[in-house]
Amino acid sequence: MEENYDVIVLGTGLTECILSGLLSIEGKKVLHIDKQEYYGGESASLNLTQLYSKFKPSKPYKGQYGKDRDWLVDLIPKFLMANGELTNILVHTDVTRYMEFKQISGSFVYRDGVIAKVPGSTTEAISSPLMGFFEKRRMRNFLQFIVDYQEDDPNSKHGFDLDKDTMEQIYTHYGLQPGTRDFIGHAMALHSNDSYLDKPARDTYNRINLYVTSMARYGKSPYIYPLYGLGELPQGFARLSAIYGGTFMLDTPIDEYLWTEDGKFAGVKTKEGVAKAPICIADPTYFPEKVTTVSGDQKVIRAICILDHAIPNTNDADSAQIIIPQNQVGRKNDIYIAVISGAHNICAKGYYVAIISTIIETDKPHLELEPAFKIIGPTKDVLMSISQLYEPKESGAKDNVYISKSYDPSSHFESTTDDVKDIYKRVTGHDLVLKQRKTAQEEAELAGLS
Amino acid sequence: MSTDIASDEHKFVQFKLVLLGESAVGKSSIVQRFVKDSFNDFKESTIGAAFLTQTIDLDSDTTVKFEIWDTAGQERYRSLASIYYRNAQSALVVYDITQKASLDKAKYWIKELQKQASNNIVIALVGNKTDLEEERQIPTEEAQAFANEAGLLFFEVSAKSGKGIKECFREIALKMPIEETLKRRRDRKRGTVDLNKRPSTNEQQCAC
Repeated sequence: MEENYDVIVLGTGLTECILSGLLSIEGKKVLHIDKQEYYGGESASLNLTQLYSKFKPSKPYKGQYGKDRDWLVDLIPKFLMANGELTNILVHTDVTRYMEFKQISGSFVYRDGVIAKVPGSTTEAISSPLMGFFEKRRMRNFLQFIVDYQEDDPNSKHGFDLDKDTMEQIYTHYGLQPGTRDFIGHAMALHSNDSYLDKPARDTYNRINLYVTSMARYGKSPYIYPLYGLGELPQGFARLSAIYGGTFMLDTPIDEYLWTEDGKFAGVKTKEGVAKAPICIADPTYFPEKVTTVSGDQKVIRAICILDHAIPNTNDADSAQIIIPQNQVGRKNDIYIAVISGAHNICAKGYYVAIISTIIETDKPHLELEPAFKIIGPTKDVLMSISQLYEPKESGAKDNVYISKSYDPSSHFESTTDDVKDIYKRVTGHDLVLKQRKTAQEEAELAGLS
Repeated sequence: MSTDIASDEHKFVQFKLVLLGESAVGKSSIVQRFVKDSFNDFKESTIGAAFLTQTIDLDSDTTVKFEIWDTAGQERYRSLASIYYRNAQSALVVYDITQKASLDKAKYWIKELQKQASNNIVIALVGNKTDLEEERQIPTEEAQAFANEAGLLFFEVSAKSGKGIKECFREIALKMPIEETLKRRRDRKRGTVDLNKRPSTNEQQCAC
C-alpha cells in the first residue's frame, strides 16, 4: 500500500488520541499508528499479566489476586477535575457517549502526622479538624474572597491585583498559618512545590477556583474518574477519531521515517507499506533524538501498590486522593497517593490499588516514599518504576514533527490539556475553539443512515 | 398467584450490540436496512455515524432498544479497542456468503469476542448477500454446523432485499437478559455522574 493522509499520529497516549479526534472532526484524514499492541501508550491501564511483565519480568502473574481481566491498573495516576478542561473537551466532543464516570470519594491532605479531608467549601472549612477555632474563620474569609472575586467588581477584590500581588501577600493579609498555607497551596491549588508563593497570585487563584468549582459540581470531592480506568480516555478519543474517518493501526512499529529534501516530515514505512503525510504528531518515544529531558533532569518514581483493605482514616473510602505537602515531610516536592478500587471497576472485588508518586530528590528514591507507605498500611505487592520526563527540543515548525510532553507527576490532567491545546495551535495555526459535536442522530443523517 | 407489579408497566431495556466482520461483507448495510429499511449499492467504507439505535417491540409491553456500534476505522488493521467490546450484550459477526475467506475472518472475530467480551454475550453469525445465491461459496450447512458447535445464533440475510434482517435482530432481542437487566437497574444505583448535566440547586428545586 501507499496511501496519503493529512496527518500521521504516532502513539495512542491521551494527548495523541485527543488531537487525533479533534483533527478528524475537522475533516483531516488521519492515520494513527502505535508500535504497541494495546491502546494508550504511557496512559494505558494494564491487566496484571501485562503489568507484571512490564515491571517484574522475572515474576509473571500467576492469578494470586483473582481474574486477570478484572484488573485495569493505570500506569500514570491522575484524576479529572470535575470542572477542568479535560471534562470540558469530553463534553464538547461527546466522548462521554462511550464512557461512564464516578466521583472520587475523598480528597485528603497530610498534616502533622495524620490525614484529614481537604475543606473544599466555606462550610467544610468551619467543620475541618485541620484548623483551630480562629484559623477556621480566617480560612473561611479567605475562601469567601476567592469565591466572591470578580474582575469587574472593585469591591470584591479587597484591594488586590492578582497580576501583581503574590500569594504570600494574600495569605499574610488573611493571617493564615503555615500549615493552612500548605494545604491551600498543595492540596487545593495542587502546586507540587512552594515556588508559587512569590509569584503573582493569578495562577494560584485560578487553581483554587478550579478546585472549589469542581468540588461544588458533584459534592464528595473535586475529582472524577472513568469506570474501567484511565485507559478508557485515549480509547474513547480514538473511537471519536475512527468515527470521523481516522484509520488505526496497532502493533505496527515504524521501519523508516521519510523526509523531504529540505528535511520536513513526509511519511512512514511500516509492515503495511508506505503512508505519506506532511504532518506528524508523536509521543516522545518515537523521536528520541528530537526530545530532551525536562529542566533539572526531573525523574518521577511511581509505586503501584496492591492492597486488600481501604486506606486507614479515610472512613473506608472506595477511592481517594491523598496529598503529602513537601513541608510536612521535609521535602521539596509533594508526594501523591491515588487510591481506586472495585467501585471504579479497575480491580477484583475486595482489592484496592494505591499509586504513590513523587519527583525524585535523593539517590535512594524508594526511601522517599516511606511517609506514603505509612499512610496506606500493609501491601500485598508493590511494583516500582522510575521514569524520566521528556519534552520536545523544538516547536515542530522546522520539520513538521510535533511531539507531545511526557505525562508529568501532577495529580490531574490540566497540564495534559495545555499540551494538547499548544500542539493543536502549532499544527493548525489557530487556537482550539471547542464546538459541540453533532448528535448521534445528526451524524447518522450525515452518513445517510437515518 | 401474586401479581408482579412490574408487569403492569411497559418494559424498556437498552442493550449494546457490536458489529464485527471483514470489510465489505456489508455490516453497515445490514444496520442501514435494520434502522432505516433502505439499501445503498455504492456505499463507501464506513465513515461517520457509527453509533446508531433502533428499537424492537417484542410484545405489547416490552421494548428492546439496540445501541449499535460499528467498527469505523479500527477494523481494517484489526485495531479495535477494548472499549468496543466493553459491556456489549450482543454481537453480529458478519460474513459474505460469496467470499470463502470471509467466514474464516468471522471465526477470528468470534475468538476475539470470546477473549474480550463478557462471558454471556449473545453472538449471532450472519451470512450476508443471499441475493447473490448464484455466486455462493459458503454452503448454509457448513456455517450452520460451525454456529451450532460454537453455540451461536445463525442467520442468512440479504441487506439488499431486506430478507431475514428483521428476524435476525428480533431473535437476538429475544435472547437478551431483559428481566435480569431490569432487576439490576432496580437493585443498585451505579452512582455514576453525568458530565453533560450541571447539577445546580436551582434546577433541583424547580418543579417545572
